[in-house]
Amino acid sequence: MQRQQTMQRQRLRGRPTRLGAAFAGACGGAATALALLAATAANAERKADTPALQDLYFGEAIYYAHQEHWFEALERLDAELGQHRAVDEPELDSLYYHLREAEFDVGDFELNYRMHHRAGRAITAVLEGAVDEIVRNDAAFRLARIHFQKGQLEEALHALGRIEGRVPEGIADEIEYLRANVYLGLARPAEATEILRSLQGADSLRGFAEYNLGIALLEDGRRQEAYEQLARAGMVESADEPALAIRDKSNFVLGSLLVEAEDFSEAQVYFNRVRLEGPFSNAALLASGWAAATGQDFERAVVPWSILAEREPTDPAVQEAKLALPFAYGELNVHGRAAVVYSAAVNAFGAEIEKLDASVASIREGKFLDALVREEIRKDKDWVIRLRSLPESPETYYLLELAASHDFQTALQNYLDLDDLRRRLASWDVNFDAFDDLITLRRDFYEPQLPDVDQEFRALDSRMRLRLEQHRLLEERLDSMLVAPRPEFLATAGERSTSEELARLAASLDGVETEEAAALRERIGRLQGTIDWALRTEYHDRLYVFDEHLGELAEAIEVLNGTYESFVRTRQAALHSYEGYETPISRLRRRVSDALGEVNLLMARQGHVLELVAIDELNARRERLETYEDQARFALADSYDRATQARAEIPVITAVRPSDEGP
Amino acid sequence: MQRLTRAAALAILLAAGAGAQEPSTEEMQSLDEQVQEIKSDVLAIAAELTRLEERLLYPSNSQLAVFVSIAEGETFRLDAMRIDIDGELATHFIYGFKELEALQSGGVQRIYTGNVATGAHRIAVSVTGKTPGGNDFSHTDTFDFSKDIEPRLLGITLAGPTAIELGNW
Repeated sequence: MQRQQTMQRQRLRGRPTRLGAAFAGACGGAATALALLAATAANAERKADTPALQDLYFGEAIYYAHQEHWFEALERLDAELGQHRAVDEPELDSLYYHLREAEFDVGDFELNYRMHHRAGRAITAVLEGAVDEIVRNDAAFRLARIHFQKGQLEEALHALGRIEGRVPEGIADEIEYLRANVYLGLARPAEATEILRSLQGADSLRGFAEYNLGIALLEDGRRQEAYEQLARAGMVESADEPALAIRDKSNFVLGSLLVEAEDFSEAQVYFNRVRLEGPFSNAALLASGWAAATGQDFERAVVPWSILAEREPTDPAVQEAKLALPFAYGELNVHGRAAVVYSAAVNAFGAEIEKLDASVASIREGKFLDALVREEIRKDKDWVIRLRSLPESPETYYLLELAASHDFQTALQNYLDLDDLRRRLASWDVNFDAFDDLITLRRDFYEPQLPDVDQEFRALDSRMRLRLEQHRLLEERLDSMLVAPRPEFLATAGERSTSEELARLAASLDGVETEEAAALRERIGRLQGTIDWALRTEYHDRLYVFDEHLGELAEAIEVLNGTYESFVRTRQAALHSYEGYETPISRLRRRVSDALGEVNLLMARQGHVLELVAIDELNARRERLETYEDQARFALADSYDRATQARAEIPVITAVRPSDEGP
Repeated sequence: MQRLTRAAALAILLAAGAGAQEPSTEEMQSLDEQVQEIKSDVLAIAAELTRLEERLLYPSNSQLAVFVSIAEGETFRLDAMRIDIDGELATHFIYGFKELEALQSGGVQRIYTGNVATGAHRIAVSVTGKTPGGNDFSHTDTFDFSKDIEPRLLGITLAGPTAIELGNW
């Protein structure tokens, strides 16, 4: 009991969610940082109030969800929900205690598995049902979140509008944050601003509410207030990586805005606040250099560009830094150094162009798609990064950069999901053959035995029924004796036989009226009287013994019944182990085969799209690198001239700088 | 030149600005929808296949399923688990980081599904790992259970490095 209680004390702790990334995708633009950190935190808080785990299969779905195995999680949860809906008395089903949670989770799982069309159906059903205020409001919030992620902003606002009265503990801020983000998405920044002001300082939204307020103010045309707000967002203190990333973003965006406003020195302050290791690091280093260079402070520009130029050469910011750095040296009249760095840049660009050519050629040969589905690589969570470092895999050099494109990401995810489906279907297809073998083996084993077993069973069955009938009659007899004593029922076999013999003798004396007959009648009466006496005086003792024996018999009958039922079940199980599978297996085999065909077709189409997107992107990257290379070659020659001139003490008049073609 | 330099800088900022997204092409959208549909189909097939497998391989009269969970708040590192039923190895499992985290977050792992005859049985659960203090531990507990004609679900809760509990479901 204690063990079970301990098991039941298990709580469903904070569900994983990837809605953070999804949120960011819904509204897009540099405007909003729509992460659902708050959702995760509040979910965890809310789970503390969920009932103890009552349904192991629901717990299993959660186990898969925590590992981001969305297919398995959905399959388990779908099955559990399906079974629950089919039972006559749902309140007796173990999922009953987690039903709302399960219906909410299934929507989250569907979203995470990128099944946006299906997501939200279960939650809508909750919303339409007769549920209490808190559950309804929770459902409305979750539905709004799904609409928001799908980019259905009006629907999201409508769902939020259905929230009235009490809301689940811990999500009040989340609701308002979502509302503000929806307003931002709908280009209603004034309303967003008002809401976001009330969320400043909310722990679960640390950094995000601050940043989004800055963006809302900016979109509302309140530029100065936006600057001040973004500066505040850029100072938020936290140890969490997402909060640190949004802090970097605040500083980066503010720096960018100040560059736009031609306040270069102030812009640098904010670029310099961006961490050296982080998602905005390269962009901030490059921008910081440009801000300094635009303010004619080339010495200062050299510092960030020198750092950046040494980083991953496939990154566009790094490539630009390789050209910008010698430009700064040139501006500083260090033409010899500039020439050396330009020369290195020419070589680096040449090498990158070769890589790009190799990548494009490799993609055209179909190697790119093969590389993407390498299972051993995908087990690593940083597989995209690792792919790039594989030796002799030109098809994947630029994968990380490609992954930044939304089209590419969508195509890639779909391709990977399709590959996963293909593997599953192929393995199921093999399973059917194993099922067939199994069924054949069972049939071959059982079928020859069953006729003999059945014959023996029928004989035993008739004997058993006879004994059961006898037992029933004895029980009836006991019941009748309890109502009216019937001593003769308790006579022994000897007494019954003696009584019958005495009755027969008495009958033979009927009509004989002699003294001898009278004496015999008297003796017969005495003897019968002896038996009757014994029956009557021993009645209670005999009844007690009879009852005991009947009880023992009942136990034996119970064992007999159990054995009988067990036999019938085993007999049925034997038959059911090979009968009745032909149709479902054949139907499933056809469905799997059809689905496999469709998946292969879709994979081919999706793969083609993926290759096209990749090649387009790589070609664009190549064109830019060619431009850089040309500029670097020209600047290299120019730098040599100037260096030579400088040595000959001829004053330098102009400097060459890279073209202003941005990435 | 300043104007051009600023333009370059802004171009970088725009490129680097998070969330700048291109709209999907019609073909990609259509493909995306078809992928979603095939996912639905395959999930439905998986559900039917699971039911069939259960009926074929683990009929209810002999089905035994063993589930594992970790008690709330426990932070020991579970490295491996071994399950023996009636003295025979039923299964063993080596835990990676993700599986362990999923268990510590409240997930329940179905570690074994098999068949046993009706009647009395014995299950031995062995675990190895590291305590929160970094010491190695290895522990085995044995429990009796009975199986009748219904599917039998056993829930193993690890309430500590050496505290294994068995619940009936």
